[in-house]
Amino acid sequence: MITIKDVEHVALLARLELSEEEKQMYTKQLDAILEYAQVLNELDTDDVPPTAHVLHLRNVWREDEVGEHLPPDEVLANAPETEGQFFKVPRIV
Amino acid sequence: MELYYLTAHELHDLLLKKEVSAEEICRAVFDRIDAVEEKVKAYVTLTRERAFARAQEIDRKIAAGEAIPPLAGIPVAIKDNICTRGIRTTCSSKMLYNFVPPYNATVVEKLEAAGTVMVGKTNMDEFAMGSSTENSGFFATANPWDPERVPGGSSGGSAAAVAAGEAITAIGSDTGGSIRQPAAFCGVIGLKPTYGAVSRYGLVAFASSLDQIGPFTRDVTDCALMLNAISGHDPLDSTSAPGDVPDFTSCLKDDVKGLKIGVPREYIGEGIDPAVKEVVGQALKLLASLGAEIEETTLPHSRYALPAYYLIATAEASSNLARYDGVRYGYRAEDARDVVDMFMKTRSRGFGPEVKRRIMLGTYALSAGYYDAYYLKALKVRTLIKQDFDRAFEKFDVLLAPTTPTPAFKRGEKMDDPLQMYMSDICTLAVNLAGIPGISIPAGFVNGLPVGMQLIGKPFDEGTLLRVAYTFEQHADYSRRRPSL
Repeated sequence: MITIKDVEHVALLARLELSEEEKQMYTKQLDAILEYAQVLNELDTDDVPPTAHVLHLRNVWREDEVGEHLPPDEVLANAPETEGQFFKVPRIV
Repeated sequence: MELYYLTAHELHDLLLKKEVSAEEICRAVFDRIDAVEEKVKAYVTLTRERAFARAQEIDRKIAAGEAIPPLAGIPVAIKDNICTRGIRTTCSSKMLYNFVPPYNATVVEKLEAAGTVMVGKTNMDEFAMGSSTENSGFFATANPWDPERVPGGSSGGSAAAVAAGEAITAIGSDTGGSIRQPAAFCGVIGLKPTYGAVSRYGLVAFASSLDQIGPFTRDVTDCALMLNAISGHDPLDSTSAPGDVPDFTSCLKDDVKGLKIGVPREYIGEGIDPAVKEVVGQALKLLASLGAEIEETTLPHSRYALPAYYLIATAEASSNLARYDGVRYGYRAEDARDVVDMFMKTRSRGFGPEVKRRIMLGTYALSAGYYDAYYLKALKVRTLIKQDFDRAFEKFDVLLAPTTPTPAFKRGEKMDDPLQMYMSDICTLAVNLAGIPGISIPAGFVNGLPVGMQLIGKPFDEGTLLRVAYTFEQHADYSRRRPSL
């Protein structure tokens, strides 16, 4: 059973600020979806290995060489705020 | 037929015979866009000037007697979650409303090299989360067969553009059915290749272990041509599969004699519209009459695919979407007290309701105390689902199923109930969990609406899917029908 408190906790973890209305809605909907997900518990998976992804690839290596890279002004072009060659954010402390 | 309703290979023949120029093809498509886009709303951004310049470039090559590749001069639409250098790439989200990528996705580079002409960037469910394109942060797209209905999603803009004659082919992405489901709803071909077969460099990530780029086309031959153009190993994508790529046009054979086709009973049972079952039944009869050996089979864990999918996809999404913080690109809320307040306000205002719902679900599934019960459990069930397919493919060359449980549904019908919306992907999700290829092809019509049939194949065996689809197409005319807009 998902409570408003759970939703508030998860929202904080996800860095989302929810309105009272959104909290109510997500509490109801997440509860319904997770209730539905309980069906997975019908399966005994104690001895089943997890599949994180399907390709049989292991570490993919390459030489540590300097390649082509984007010029700093192009990298910064989409930033809401910059100063010199830096991304600028509001005060941190 | 009008130029805008021809296939890429038909247009290529006309180009070679100099009966039409690339510029004329481009004009035909943009005139069509001017005529119907108000109704369809397939595009977020149109790249008209670039397109004409590019078409003229192709015409100059033809005039100079240069050999042109099969897709040269062909207008292509690109889903707006695929990065295009210098052209806005929004994911249909307020969060990226002003994002102009400084680089091209590998598929975009490959399509450029193949000589295609980009028409524009297509509408989608925000960050590819949805099954109707109604979750776009900008506007909804209509189904060209019935504007009261959804085109499917999340690649609804790409599917609708091809169906409506607003592009000849298109590119989409498929995480749980986002190419195949809209292809079925819009009466076009849609292919989700094997995981790793097409580079995802430059695709905005939703669920990284499931996402795959693939084509929308009007017929199977065009599908093979598009797959030839976009497939192959890419050092820029560490999940790209090594190995050579065949020429997929060599698989276009009108021959299914002796081919073993399995029909999983879970996909033709409860929850599937009887009219859809009827269409699939007729298709099976046709394939049997052409010599295919058809037999019912089972994928016993099918009913667990939907809950497993939504736990895995949302967990990955909650992690992938953590990068949208208003620092480096996209939207930033301006009235923040400090940096954390800026993150919170930016994310709360930049994301739409479905994206927030999935971030919440995924964050919950990964959070302390619930990781084992939800996320890890889902990964284990994923193994069982994959084993079902492995077992079926010991006996069968391909599996055949409906692409969707119903034809296109009405706009607004499922927007209040996320679970009902998720159900429209029950026939396609498991294929992404298993990482195998699937194609949807038009297999019939119900009340004037197209119905799609899905062929599912072994890993990296797109060739057999194309062969069965091509054979079917030679003996049924459904992919030659066009909507009247």
